[in-house]
Amino acid sequence: MNYADLFRVTLPETALEIAALLVLVVDLVFMRKAALRTRASVAALLGVVGCISALWLMPGNAMFSIDGTANTALLVTGGWVAAAQVGILVLTGLTLVFLVDAGFTRHVGEYVAIVLMSATGGLIIAGAQDLLVIFVGLELLSLGLYVITAFAKQSGRGAEAAMKYYLFGGMSAAFLLFGFSYLYGLTGSTNLHQVVLGSIASVGSGSPLFYVALVLVAAGLGFKVAAVPFHLWAPDAYEGAPAPAAAFIASVSKVASFALLIGIGMAILHPFGDVRVRVVRMVVFHIGPSPKWFGLAAPWSLLLAVLAAASMTVGNLAALAQISVRRLLAYSAIAHAGYMLLALAYLSSRGAAAILYYILTYGLTTIAAFGVVGVVERATGTDRLDGFLGLNKRNPLLAGVLLVLFLSLAGIPPLVGFWAKFNLFAAVLRVGAGVWPFTLVALAVAFSAVSLYYYLQVLKRAYVMPAADETPIRVHPVTMITLLLIAAAVVVLGCLPDLLQNWIASF
Amino acid sequence: MLAWTIYLSFAGALVEALLPKGRAGLARVVALVIALAGLLIAIAGFAAGAGQGRNTIIDVAWVPSMGIHYFLAADGISRVLVLLTGLAAVAGVLFSWNVDRRTNEFFAFFLALIGGVYGVFLSFDLFLLFVFYEIAIVPKYFLIAIWGSTRREYAAMKLALYSFVGSAMVLIALLAAYASSGSHSTSLVDLANAGLSTHFQMWAFPLTFVGFGILAGMWPFHTWAPTGHVAAPTAASMLLAGVVMKLGAYGCLRVAMGLFPHGMDPWGFTFFGVGSWRDVFAILAVIGIVYGALVALVQTDFKFVIGYSSVSHMGFVLLGLMTLNQIGLTGAVLQMYSHGVIAGLLFAIVGRMVYDRTHTRQFGELEQMHLLRRLPFAAWAFVIAGIASMGLPGFSGFIAELQVLVGSWHATPWWTVAAGIGIVVGVAYTWRALQKAFFTDIRPTAEDHPKTGWSDLGAITWPEVTAFSLLTGASLIVGVYPRLLLDTIEPAVKTFLAGGAQ
Repeated sequence: MNYADLFRVTLPETALEIAALLVLVVDLVFMRKAALRTRASVAALLGVVGCISALWLMPGNAMFSIDGTANTALLVTGGWVAAAQVGILVLTGLTLVFLVDAGFTRHVGEYVAIVLMSATGGLIIAGAQDLLVIFVGLELLSLGLYVITAFAKQSGRGAEAAMKYYLFGGMSAAFLLFGFSYLYGLTGSTNLHQVVLGSIASVGSGSPLFYVALVLVAAGLGFKVAAVPFHLWAPDAYEGAPAPAAAFIASVSKVASFALLIGIGMAILHPFGDVRVRVVRMVVFHIGPSPKWFGLAAPWSLLLAVLAAASMTVGNLAALAQISVRRLLAYSAIAHAGYMLLALAYLSSRGAAAILYYILTYGLTTIAAFGVVGVVERATGTDRLDGFLGLNKRNPLLAGVLLVLFLSLAGIPPLVGFWAKFNLFAAVLRVGAGVWPFTLVALAVAFSAVSLYYYLQVLKRAYVMPAADETPIRVHPVTMITLLLIAAAVVVLGCLPDLLQNWIASF
Repeated sequence: MLAWTIYLSFAGALVEALLPKGRAGLARVVALVIALAGLLIAIAGFAAGAGQGRNTIIDVAWVPSMGIHYFLAADGISRVLVLLTGLAAVAGVLFSWNVDRRTNEFFAFFLALIGGVYGVFLSFDLFLLFVFYEIAIVPKYFLIAIWGSTRREYAAMKLALYSFVGSAMVLIALLAAYASSGSHSTSLVDLANAGLSTHFQMWAFPLTFVGFGILAGMWPFHTWAPTGHVAAPTAASMLLAGVVMKLGAYGCLRVAMGLFPHGMDPWGFTFFGVGSWRDVFAILAVIGIVYGALVALVQTDFKFVIGYSSVSHMGFVLLGLMTLNQIGLTGAVLQMYSHGVIAGLLFAIVGRMVYDRTHTRQFGELEQMHLLRRLPFAAWAFVIAGIASMGLPGFSGFIAELQVLVGSWHATPWWTVAAGIGIVVGVAYTWRALQKAFFTDIRPTAEDHPKTGWSDLGAITWPEVTAFSLLTGASLIVGVYPRLLLDTIEPAVKTFLAGGAQ
């Protein structure tokens, strides 16, 4: 147990915590007399600086473990974990920028501090290798989310959404912990790899408790990524939370949760890394029933595939009927989670990169989408579809950004959303050449054709239908610049898809 | 050089989008200049490529990790279709000279669509082709939804969803081909040589063919076509019928038939005389020909007649493709060109010359208006375009449909007879439309038409005359001297058939 290692691995987390405390002190001590706008700008700026310094302090490959070997690792970083952590930090910074003109609270210092602490939880679960660390990180992430959902204290909807979110979250955490306790009881270890190895060793005994434990774990994690049937909180939380908070829930929390799912999936589906799998298959071939599926791999894969199919179906079909753009984004988020769960069910190291690519670009697009929704909401007082009427006349630039973002979410080339989908589905088909993966991919592609309908519903309001009110919408310059930058990134990354791919592979 | 057609169109779209509002005149001139430049490049590329096989324009790695290339090339088939696109673009700009609402946005979407179409015809990387194909979907939606007429939002959404479902089917086959070929390249040439198993091709071929066939107006997936054409503004319906339906047919030819040739092999059993996917699609094509013609015969809306006639004429293209012999395929490609020009002309006459002036397309109302006297130019223009559409000698349609029928006679005589019936009905519906719209026998009475409102329709303007002459000339030249295009198409088709694919 080398605590210098711990310090090195958690440098970015430490930086975020310090920044969170600093924001609180500055806001509560020095800025008490200042105007709300100034306080919001200073707090957002400090938060962004905290994210940047955390980025700068990212260690390379590092590990914190009990006896110094990977067998007892608690936290790791480097590789795709580092890529996910960089994504979390960048997206957190972007969501903080939208605070500059969001007047939903007077307690901006607390808001930024809670967001930063929540992001810390995200960083931890991205690299967690131990069931207990996973649980603690998840709770740290989630508690912050419950609080910021209810941060607009005057809003009844916000309070209702937070209460629903909290109750669902508490219950799913209980499921998760229950599942973890089974796994610990069955294998005698809380280390992810030891648990998986233990399950493989007990393949002959075939204890059904493993399956119970997996179902419980899948329920707990399915809640985090809003997979059907654990999705019921999402539309309410997306609708009730203040726009920057909703953007944070929709992007950073999703990136962290999918990073965690990749970590667990890689441990379960590739317990010995890609290199040694062949040897192990030889061994297992003699003792186990099937050379391809051993240990927890088959039930885990099946569980995720079921969640994926359900999420794609329910998310896309429910989104068709929405009249609130935030709820529409929530159901589309469920659908997108379905696509990624599909890739998790048929995971490979190539697939892991594809999922990261997807979730990072999706997070980026969603943040900007909520930015636009926030602006429109402040101007029209509603997030209903009709609030977007004539947006093209009222602010052509904002409408242009919306066009790029929504077409990217629908997966129209040459925008980045298309490459993300293509990458993801190609990775699935490369791993599992069989009827089921193919059918599921066909289903996913078919549903992305369905999704064009509801994205076009919003764009139709913005471009085609006549405006009810033609007064121009004014946007804070910082918000506008951020939105334009994100839209430009969506286009550029779409035209040069290799940039991000090589960046992920470079870790 | 041909690649500049793509870049110029997209650059033009960007410039149009950034133009200040209210400068309609400037927006028109910019669009015309860009379209003309595209046409000139297309003609130059066509002339320069005479007698050559496929030449590569540019081939650089685009996404190396996935083996995707930015691979543009042109063979005889591409050159002819690029030429058609150039013609349609110029004519489309000229026929939308009177668009005065959000003019710069209109031409921005118009040029973006044109750019995507050029891109599809020049792509020899499957992936690149797909990207351009999808780029063309979104501008179509906005062109129809914003500037359209009858039930425009419904028609625009229907068209967008049909297109997107079609491209989703293509994407599934594309992903599967990419994953199962094992080759780390998505170039059409490499994929065709990847040795995909017959079993795989057997289901990938129909999936891709139907996916692209939706946009080519293949029966029974044609229903977007009449509603879309009718709702679209003139230039957009010219482009829809003129080039967008060709995108579908071209995809069927280049991707479905080129990559999965064994998908057309016999199944090994016959079901009511149908023994392969080739038979299935040939039958669908013949049904499309006859059905489209019969439905066109009973329409009361002038534009619906033309819309259904497009379905009928595109049936000839698909029938020609399914003959799988030299003459039939050549005829199919020539029919793409011919229908592109003639359908553009018909839509322009109905949409721009007649509807924009009379504000009705109902035969019942047009009959009362005595358009022969009030719009003689439009009437005689429709006579000429109608003759071309019927497939009378002297126009490109005659050569094209004749070749398709000869080719199909070699392959499947009985269906040729059915397709021949389609041609006869085609004469009937064109004549009926001509008579109802222009040559009515109802005598004008003084109380029906007071002298004052008699001449308020406005004269035919110079852009209309110019564009009419351009398109008629394009059809006449090829009709009189078909070798002009055939010399380019035939070698390309021969290579296509000999290579099994590319």
